[in-house]
Amino acid sequence: MQKESEIRDPLILGNKSYHDITRDIARPVEGKANKYWWILFSLSLVLFLWGVLSMAYTIGTGIGAWGLNKTVNWAWDITNFVWWIGIGHAGTLISAVLLLFRQKWRMSINRSAEAMTIFGVLQASLFPIIHMGRPWLAYYVFPIPNQFGSLWVNFNSPLLWDVFAISTYFSVSLVFWYIGLIPDFAMLRDRFSEKVSPMKKKLYAFLSFGWSGKAKHWQRFEEVSLVLAGLATPLVFSVHSIVSMDFATSVIPGWHTTIFPPYFVLGALFSGFAMVETLLIIMRKVVNLESYITIKHIEYMNIIILLTGSLVGTAYITELFMSWYSGVEFEQYAFLNRATGPYWWAYAIMMTCNVLTPQLYWFSSIRKSFVATFILSIFVNIGMWFERFVIIVTSLHRDFLPSSWSMFSPSFIDIGIYLGTIGFFFTLFLLYARTFPVIAQAELKTIVKSSGSEYKNKK
Amino acid sequence: MTKAKKYWKGLAELNNDPIVEKLRQNEFVEEIPVDEFLGDKDISATSTSRRDFLKFLGFTTAAATLAACETPVNKAIPYVIKPEEVTPGVANYYATTMYDGHDFGSILVKTREGRPIKIESNKTATNARIQASVLSLYDSGRLQNPTKNGTDSDWETMDAEITAELNKISANGGNIAILTSTVLSPSTKSLIADFSSKYGNVKHVQMDAVSYSGMLDANKASFGVRALPTYSFDKANVIVSFGADFLGNWLNADYATAYAAGRNPNSGKMSKHYQIETSLSLTGSNADERVQIKPSEQAGLLSNLYNALNGGSADSRIAKLANDLANNAGNSIVVCNSNNAEVQTLVNAINNKLGNYENTMSLSKPSYLKQGNDTDVATLIKDMNAGKISALFTHNVNPSYSLQNVAEYNSGIKKVGLTVATSLYNDESAENMTYVCADNHYLESWGDAMPAHGEYTLMQPTISPLFNGRQFQESMMAWMGKSDYHTYLQNYYSFTDWNQSVHDGYFTSNDGKVNPASFAATVPSFALSKSERIEFEMTEKISMGDGSQSNNPWLQELPDPLSRASWDNYLTMSAATARELGITNWNISNGALNGNMVDITVNGTTYNDVPVMIQPGQAVGTIAMAVGYGRTAAGKCGNDIGFNAFTLGNGDATLKVVGGEYEFAAVQLHHTMMGREIVKETTLADFIVDPSSGNKETLYATHDGKKKGSEVTLWDEFDHSTGHFWNMSIDLTSCIGCAACVVSCHAENNVPVVGKEEIRKSRDMHWLRIDRYFSSDMTRELSEAEKVSAIDMYAKMEDPSGNPETVYQPVMCQHCNHAPCETVCPVAATSHSAEGQNHMAYNRCVGTRYCANNCPYKVRRFNWFQYSENDKFDFNMNDDYGKMVLNPDVVVRSRGVIEKCSMCLQKIQETKLDAKKTGRTVRDEDAQTACSSVCPTNAIVFGDSNDSSHEISDLKNDPRKYDLLDHLNVAPSVFYQTKIRNKA
Repeated sequence: MQKESEIRDPLILGNKSYHDITRDIARPVEGKANKYWWILFSLSLVLFLWGVLSMAYTIGTGIGAWGLNKTVNWAWDITNFVWWIGIGHAGTLISAVLLLFRQKWRMSINRSAEAMTIFGVLQASLFPIIHMGRPWLAYYVFPIPNQFGSLWVNFNSPLLWDVFAISTYFSVSLVFWYIGLIPDFAMLRDRFSEKVSPMKKKLYAFLSFGWSGKAKHWQRFEEVSLVLAGLATPLVFSVHSIVSMDFATSVIPGWHTTIFPPYFVLGALFSGFAMVETLLIIMRKVVNLESYITIKHIEYMNIIILLTGSLVGTAYITELFMSWYSGVEFEQYAFLNRATGPYWWAYAIMMTCNVLTPQLYWFSSIRKSFVATFILSIFVNIGMWFERFVIIVTSLHRDFLPSSWSMFSPSFIDIGIYLGTIGFFFTLFLLYARTFPVIAQAELKTIVKSSGSEYKNKK
Repeated sequence: MTKAKKYWKGLAELNNDPIVEKLRQNEFVEEIPVDEFLGDKDISATSTSRRDFLKFLGFTTAAATLAACETPVNKAIPYVIKPEEVTPGVANYYATTMYDGHDFGSILVKTREGRPIKIESNKTATNARIQASVLSLYDSGRLQNPTKNGTDSDWETMDAEITAELNKISANGGNIAILTSTVLSPSTKSLIADFSSKYGNVKHVQMDAVSYSGMLDANKASFGVRALPTYSFDKANVIVSFGADFLGNWLNADYATAYAAGRNPNSGKMSKHYQIETSLSLTGSNADERVQIKPSEQAGLLSNLYNALNGGSADSRIAKLANDLANNAGNSIVVCNSNNAEVQTLVNAINNKLGNYENTMSLSKPSYLKQGNDTDVATLIKDMNAGKISALFTHNVNPSYSLQNVAEYNSGIKKVGLTVATSLYNDESAENMTYVCADNHYLESWGDAMPAHGEYTLMQPTISPLFNGRQFQESMMAWMGKSDYHTYLQNYYSFTDWNQSVHDGYFTSNDGKVNPASFAATVPSFALSKSERIEFEMTEKISMGDGSQSNNPWLQELPDPLSRASWDNYLTMSAATARELGITNWNISNGALNGNMVDITVNGTTYNDVPVMIQPGQAVGTIAMAVGYGRTAAGKCGNDIGFNAFTLGNGDATLKVVGGEYEFAAVQLHHTMMGREIVKETTLADFIVDPSSGNKETLYATHDGKKKGSEVTLWDEFDHSTGHFWNMSIDLTSCIGCAACVVSCHAENNVPVVGKEEIRKSRDMHWLRIDRYFSSDMTRELSEAEKVSAIDMYAKMEDPSGNPETVYQPVMCQHCNHAPCETVCPVAATSHSAEGQNHMAYNRCVGTRYCANNCPYKVRRFNWFQYSENDKFDFNMNDDYGKMVLNPDVVVRSRGVIEKCSMCLQKIQETKLDAKKTGRTVRDEDAQTACSSVCPTNAIVFGDSNDSSHEISDLKNDPRKYDLLDHLNVAPSVFYQTKIRNKA
């Protein structure tokens, strides 16, 4: 009797050889951009420029250019900030946590997910600066030894914690990303000929830090990756916990909630994976990576989205329950007002997009459909933006004293800045897709053999 | 050409030795040691390399850039000859009198370096308009020169022409009319008499924009005295007002102080106040009981009341007050806003019947605040139109704006030969006159006033005239060929110690008593009527009054205490009437208030597209509109705002709903407390039984039983046991919502004006606001009893009652000792003082606005734009004159920083330094904030609670004391005293 172990489905389709992988990954960098790339790039660039103008106008005239008022002092600015930070989360989770858990399917997507993290955090970090009334004094938030007297930052302030959390997160993510890129840059370096494209050769030679693929290099590479993964893992949880404390440590009903740290982390992963899906589904088409980013990857991510979405939904309901159970009329009103007040529609969008529609992933046909996933991922992106809007604006607009109650409506500048960051993000991402190895090919090659199917097929 | 004298230094020069010329060309005889100086032995020998050039270039560019970054240096020029009484940095106070033809006040003026910057009360309390009048001084829209036919002229020419005309008229026996506001000044009256005897046939007519002629005529008829009674609201047990807004604008007298004194529950005496009115007035909102009637019902009800007091049966609406009045005969006051002499005669009869005269009100020491005579004005206009008037002089009046029959008056002016206006502005009336004499502001003038019998106040200039103006009295003297009103005034008051009187600002003279005759008029009788028509009533806002200061941005921005709207007038209408007509108010997506519009016709005058504001407390079937708006020649701030209600007059109105939306600028968009314990209140009866009634602290359920917020705290306490601990108490029973404190705060703290558009975006900058809440028909108890769902309950709670109970709550920074704002500022720009205040370091603020979000009271204000020296905010801070009103002790905030109430830190600091210099401890009465010092009812008390002798220490331990939002345990330094209503 012969027992044949079940063979796992291959993670890379199309019976790729090492060389095929190298060629596929290097193609977007070596070749010319197609029409779609140019269309998307010009669109992003236009949005980006609009955003730059909007930001310049704000800095030139004052925050009054936005729709804020004496009651609602934060709205789209911090909504966008939290949204972008949240989006960044999936990248770190995929590259760090999944690495520690030896989830090899991550290898096809971690590079782009990390790029998304970097670019997302970059967008996010714009907001704390431009939302300041006097952004030219932004350096006041750093504990820089100074000669202003005994002036020092306020370590009690969650905004200061944000400064540390985000800068740490950004630098660790960047280093982690870069370390992973070194062997792949070396691959590109080796493919460019000195004669045909000397500049590119020089550039990638510089970027690859003299990587020669020695065993010692590989050993160090693995060690550093592991160490950084270990460092980055707590950051996945700390960054958004700290961001949530901007709200949780305040006294405003609807903000003052101990559930916020886990709730925000889950929400961040939820939105992060959705954004990864949105990006990858586009990218696999635009740069022909269908063999590498397969429905298998999408399905795994959909399962995570289903899980985190349900947990986020639980958090929403827990919030409602706690406000009722607290017996505090201000809390009760805050949540009643969220659901039934003037911003009920925002709450409804949030509930629909974050809690209801992800439940469709229980159906395997939807879970395994690129089209459905793409649509649902957009839903999640929208829903999670509204979650932050609901938390920020509906809590602020009706707080303790009804005499101060007001509403918020965005100005063109608000909209311009938001769309501008989307433009900036995609501009960076599209540039990345044309100049970086978008898949960690060196790592990916380690799993080519892990499937026995090729062997079986040969037989 | 003459040969110039030549001097020479030596013979060589005289002889034109070439060496002299050579040396002259060579400025430096010896080589300048540049090389040595630069440390490069032979730099002049080398050529500058490209590298060096770039280095220099870089250095120079960097240096230039750095130099450009530097804050511009403002040069302060010291006095060449320092005026004796002016010390830079030290304020001088002068006692003077404010009178602009409408408001009267005996005031103290704070001047800094010769500039008046703030008004404090002296003998009388000040209101919002008196507080704001210091800014009107610096209005660059004032007339800056005398003008003839609209072009600038000079005084010599004007005087010569006017005197020539006068002489001609006098010779021809022509009539000369002088139309003024009520003249309070005895010396001016004497001047007018002099003028009259010089030119003959002079008729002096007084008019008040808001006329009290009916009341004066009634008093003349009833008692033979054409004057107003002085009221002692503190002595009355029962106060009944038929529409008279005596806490707001009625008679422009400061009755609030006495009113509040008679309503102090802690002293055990609290008068009972009934208000029977059409539109919700400031006074009505403070009444214990309020009855809503149509204006046409007033006379009938008064008649009914008179009959009831004489044994008849009372209408159900007034039965209770009739009974209370009868039981408090001699200890009550009945007042009425009617300008109908018959109705006022009826009121006199009621007061006479009750024996209130010479008890709670007096005609033997009458008030002269209003002396206008409608009959005289009507006769004058008729005479003018008949061509009987040869010369018309006006002063302090704007008849082309404030008369109902403007057209008739304006056509009359054209038939007058010589027309001379003395006015601060080239206003609607002055525009129609030939000669316009630029008047001096009262802060630039000498003067006097006799507001009541035997009471005198004096006016002295506190700054030399800013413009080429001349006060009316000086002009009168010029036209009589005389000069120097100052001496004239001094001579007039030769019977008193002039220096002492000017120093004090007022004195009392033993002028004896006026002896009113006993009541002798026939008491008119009116039937109780019921009209189905919509009736219109003119009202007056505390901000704008008669509109004479409508170019004052502080007043335009001051929200109405009841509607909370600024920069506007509008029709007020009850929700029921609006529903009937299909009119609504609604909030747009940014919260701003919009409303429907109507075409309105009253007494034949029609206005189109008039916005309607739904106002709780407005009687059903009535509408009202405030006067003081609809100016066309007020200046850039006051022009073209709203409609002129003077030309409508009281009467029946025809309304037609028209399309379109109107955009209001309201600072408060929600009107009820939503069932929250924000203003804690109780009734007098409950208070007498338990002084802490209605003041139960919120308790938290803990594992250890229910506890107060302060018992479950994580906060480290500040030690306030030593030094000063500045606290403020706000008595919600005394606060009448008059908003004098709001304007005072504006003036003291350089609070910017932001304009209608920004107010509409809920971006008002007031450091101190007066929240106004109406009661709602829905309460928590009712919802429990009727099993209303929470969602429905809250929805219904948003709607105020039709005849609501009103509360006012001044809210400024509460200076929390566990301040939520202090913990969240990343740069520690807001921090706590050892004296219990929450400080704001503007220089350090980066503007994250986190503090404003985390403030449970929402008192922090953000500078959304640069509000000073910005053409988009073209108010006083963008005007060289307007900037003179700024308080030099308080910084003008730049854009991008948060600002808020500092508890007048600069005043406290000054008090402490003064005490230190004189080597004594701080006397608490010296330490005042801008709001506490002007509060007419003493509702705001400020002091050091570590000083057990100060009132504040008692107030802090009063059973009525509570912290706003006490459950948050933010431990504010500002606390409130419960509101007590004298009702069953």
